[in-house]
Formats: sequence, C-alpha cells, structure tokens
Amino acid sequence: MEVQMRNKRLFQAISVASAAALVLSGCGSSDSTSDSGLPKVEMMKELGAGEGQVNVVAWAGYVENGSTDPKVDWVTGFEKETGCKVNVKVGASSDDMVALMKTGEYDVVSASGDASLRLIYGGDVAPVNTDLVPNYADIFDNLKMQPWNSVDGVAYGIPHGRGANLLAYRTDIVKPAPTSWGSVFDANSPYAGKITAYDSPIYIADAALYLMKTKPELGITYPYALDQTQFDAAMELLKQQKPLISEYWGDYLKHVAGLKAGTTVLGTTWQVNINLAKGEGTKVEGIKPVEGSTGWSDTWMISSQAKNPNCAYLWMNHIASPEANAGVAEWFGEAPSNAKSCELTADKNHCATFHASDDAYWTDVYYWNTATEKCLDGRTDVKCVPYSEWATAWSSLRNS
Amino acid sequence: MLKSISTWFHNRPRVRLAALLVAPLFWLVVAYLGALASLLVTAFYTINTFTGNVIRTFNLGNFQELLTNPSYRNVVVRTLGIALSVTVICTLIALPMAFFMAKIAKPRTQKILVALVLTPLWASYLVKIYAWRTMLEPNSGVIDWLLGPIGIHSPGFGFAGIIIGLSYLWLPYMILPIYAGFERLPNSLLDASGDLGAKNLYTLRRVVLPILFPSIVAGSMFTFSLSLGDYITATIIGGKLQMLGNVVYQNYSLNLPFAATMSMVPIAIMGIYLWAVRRTGALTSL
Repeated sequence: MEVQMRNKRLFQAISVASAAALVLSGCGSSDSTSDSGLPKVEMMKELGAGEGQVNVVAWAGYVENGSTDPKVDWVTGFEKETGCKVNVKVGASSDDMVALMKTGEYDVVSASGDASLRLIYGGDVAPVNTDLVPNYADIFDNLKMQPWNSVDGVAYGIPHGRGANLLAYRTDIVKPAPTSWGSVFDANSPYAGKITAYDSPIYIADAALYLMKTKPELGITYPYALDQTQFDAAMELLKQQKPLISEYWGDYLKHVAGLKAGTTVLGTTWQVNINLAKGEGTKVEGIKPVEGSTGWSDTWMISSQAKNPNCAYLWMNHIASPEANAGVAEWFGEAPSNAKSCELTADKNHCATFHASDDAYWTDVYYWNTATEKCLDGRTDVKCVPYSEWATAWSSLRNS
Repeated sequence: MLKSISTWFHNRPRVRLAALLVAPLFWLVVAYLGALASLLVTAFYTINTFTGNVIRTFNLGNFQELLTNPSYRNVVVRTLGIALSVTVICTLIALPMAFFMAKIAKPRTQKILVALVLTPLWASYLVKIYAWRTMLEPNSGVIDWLLGPIGIHSPGFGFAGIIIGLSYLWLPYMILPIYAGFERLPNSLLDASGDLGAKNLYTLRRVVLPILFPSIVAGSMFTFSLSLGDYITATIIGGKLQMLGNVVYQNYSLNLPFAATMSMVPIAIMGIYLWAVRRTGALTSL
C-alpha cells in the first residue's frame, strides 16, 4: 500500500513537471521566419554616440587585447579611443557562432562563409551601411560584394581577411612531394591510415572541388552548388576516403600535434598550422594543389538585434583599419583584407607568404559559402542540396 | 516570537515535513526533472532546414531518422558495446584488487591502498585523457617506447583506445563498491566453504559472487552510464570513431531537437538496465 502511494505521488510529480515544461516551452518566442525569401532587416542610416560597450563573437585570435601576449593588442587602443569596452566570446566553430548569434545577446560576429548566409536568411544579421565604415574603401576589391557576404547587391558585412585550405605533408615522410588532392583520396595510398581531413560538413566542398576538376562529366561548376547526383558523388568519394583517415581534425592545435607526432602525414590544413608546426621543428610544408583549393574569407557582421549598434560599427571600422588588420592577419596567419596593411606587418614578407595582393593566386580558391536550395551557380532547372542536408550527410558519414 | 513559530510548527508535523522538503523537492522537480522534461519535449520538434530556427510543432521525424538511418543505429550499438566492455573489464580488474584490499592487506596497507585508488579522481578528466593520448600515440607514444622492444605495440586511437581510456577513468568507481562489499563478507564463510571441500573457483562462483552481486551492480551503474554518455574521450583518443555523445554534441547548437532525440536513447537504455537489475533484487540489498 505504501509503495503504491509512493509510486502514485512520484507519477503525479513527474506529470506536473512535464505539463509545466510543455506549457513553458509553448510560451517561448514564436517562430517568425518564412521558409523562403530574405527577412526584412533595417540597415542603420547614421552613426550615433557610442554605447560604452560592444559584445563580439569571434574566432580565436581575432580579438586580442594583450592578455594572450602583451605585444599582441589591437583592442586596448580602440577601447580608449572610442570608450567602447570590448567583450569577446570565442566561437569554437561556425555552427557555434550561428547558435550564439541566434540568442540576440551579441552585437558583432566574424562569420565564415559557411555561416554568413545562414545568418542572413535567418534574420540574425542586418545589412551593413558601408558609408558608415570609412576603412571599407581600402579593402581589396575582389573581397567586396561576394556571394557569401552580400545578397542582391546589398552588403551584409566587412571582409576580414582570407586564407586557402592547403595540402599539408611531412617532407621527410611523404616522398615524392604531392601535387594533387588525389593523394588524399587515393585508395592505394601508401599513407593510408595517416591521412587527415577537416571535421566539418564544409569539407564536402573539397570533395566536390576534386570531382569538379577530375570528373567534368558530373558538371560541377561551383563546389557549393551541388544537385543531388553531384552531392551523392561527393559523399561517395568521402566514404571511400574514410578508411584512409587517421583523425578528422576540428581543433587546429590537435592537428599540429598530429603532424608533429607523425600520426597524420598528409591532409588539408591552414597556413597557420604549418607555421606553428614548423615553429616546433616539424618538417612540414603546405601547398595549393593543381586543382586549386577551398578557402575562407570571414566577414564582420552586425546583429539584427544589436544592443550596441554604434560601438559595433566603430569596432568594424577599427578592425578593418590598416594597423589592426595587419596585426590580426599576422597573429592569426592569413592574408589581410585591407590593401594598406601590407606595409605595416612586422614581417615584411607576410603579405607575400599569404598572397595578399596576388590576385592570380585566388582565382582557383573557392571561398567557403553556405549551400542553399536555390543553386548558387545560377542553375534554375534543378534544386541544390541545402547546408542542413550537408550537415546530416556529414554526421552519417562520421558515425557509420 | 520564535517560540510561537516553533510551537506552531510543533503542532503541525505535516507542515514541518513539507517545509523541510520544499527546497530539495523544488530542486528535484523544477530544476532537475523540469529541465530534463523540457529538453525531451524538444525531441518532438524539428528545425527549419536553412535558417536553423526551431519549429514548435509536434512530429516524430527525428525518431524516424534515428531508427531508419543505419549510421545512427551503428553509433548506438557501438556505444553499447563500449559501455559493456568497459563494465566487464573494470569488474575483472576490480575484483582481485578489492579482494586483496579487503581480505589480505594489513590494516595500514589497506588505508594506503584506498587512498591510492582514490587519488586519480583528484586529477582533471582532461589531464588524464591527454595523458592517455601521449601513451597511445602510435610509433612515438609511451607504450610503443616502453614495450616496442618486446614486440607489443600501442593499439592506437580508436575502439581499443577508447575502452582502455574509459576503463582507466571509471575503475575507482568500480573498486570502491566492491571493496565495501568484500568488507561485509564474513571470513568465516570462506573458511566454511573451504572446510566443506570447495576449491577456490567454486567458492568464488557459488559463495563470493552471489553476495557481491549488489556491489558489482552498484559499480556497474557508474561505469555503464558514464560510458554511455561520454564524448570527450572519443574526441581525443578515439581517432575517427564517434560515440553517441558525439552525435549529441555535434547537433545540440544547431539541431537541438535531434540532439534531444539522441539523448533519449541512453535514458531509455539505463531505464531498461535499472528495471532488469531491480528484477534480480540487487537494489534491495545495497
């Protein structure tokens, strides 16, 4: 009898809790996005007084205030000059940044191409009035108004910098030196079990790029515009690659450690990883293979729910200024977006190493972009596979 | 004034009890169960495929995806396999250790051994797993360096690596309940069994294990449930292997409904496990 009473009480407690939870979740904010079409978000018309602070979501190394290294600081000067205190939240990945911006708690984000369109179409960011950002004029022209940072001729952000995904290889282990992405997809590779790949759905574009150059019959013209057949071919290539992989890397430090230890000797990387590995004495090189490469150019975007829009614009102008842009490009290891930054880097060869003003280098670099159902290469006769399905397919691949 | 309040409570024992229980019950029902319930309710929602916003209409799409997609079935089976292996390995190591600690070691050694078993729990989880990463590193790790000359090589990162790492982490949680169980085992029982002519293995099988069963179950609840939900070990020493926790981790920021669906799986597994264990009566004599 006592046990029955206890069970009944327990059951009642749980049902009350569940009912409460259901009601509470029902009372949450209503979902007001439409399934298609650009949400209407107002662009700021003029700059007012600073609000005293700005909340930033950024990649690690983008917003340095001297706490990591006293010599690396482009924030304190900004804070003194404008009175806007910078509060930075480091995003671990593009997915993480999209989720953070959806909370509405942040003003500015440094979004990569695989996040920017999601933010635009989700109504989480506002168009940027480039007239309010004087340093925008000095940015390289081939970074402005690109498919990932603008829609229908409206700019949605300030370009930050750019980099290509390179093919890293241990010069003392991989002989002869590789020249093609085929070396990481080759089923008969002598380095099977020691190859690496980037742990993100965006890596599907790398497979698509390889197919674009080696299987023209598939008709891929842009790695981020894949119809179902092309997408399936790319996934098939990745499935074949999986047995060759030792580890998929998401954390660049883990990747550097893997290169140093020799658990990975070949695979996709960033220039900054090569620099770090070389700094630790590893014999490693990074090349852009003959097929070209995927790459990324991040964009500073302003939240549609920004509580500190004036400080946000002041920050975007500051980070795009020659000095700050040079500082972050050198610290992070990427090409700056401001043309005037090249004279200001401490290492005079920085821009040359990162091909900052070498336009020819970037012609076969396909910057990260967010795949949408409306094909990004202009095709209207087919539907392309949207990013959410890239994510589910990637998850299936990683879990199989 | 205090006296009148205390008298008021003294005359109403039920109110006294309720007042005492309000704070913990609030914590349990609202903060714990309520939070869990709201997360699980999310399992029945979906997201807008492009913008990622949650659509709050009841549908079973996530469960369909979970049950029909073979890679998610593989993940669940793999995680179950890991949890079971870890439990078995921990039991096999813990039994002789606990036996030695409880029955054979001198009182002073006993205390030192208990302290030594507990010491790893003071070190951070991440520190321990990174240490295992350097141990398991193929070719250049500590295991290869130490045992390479005699021909034993590190299993590398992957299935074996995860099982070794997790067994190491949860071993103290298995040793301590079994140690407590052994302490309660009267020595006279072992003597009597020997006097009646039973060999060691027979005694172990027919006398010791039945009495220790509740302790082993208690320990296994830790090792099993902690392994079911683990994802950090898989990220660091799992190579390209993924566990159930990894799927939840990858999905929680952008596809929260699916992550919620996935997290119902270990809850269901543990529910079935606890029900089965309850049937054997092990929980009544803990």
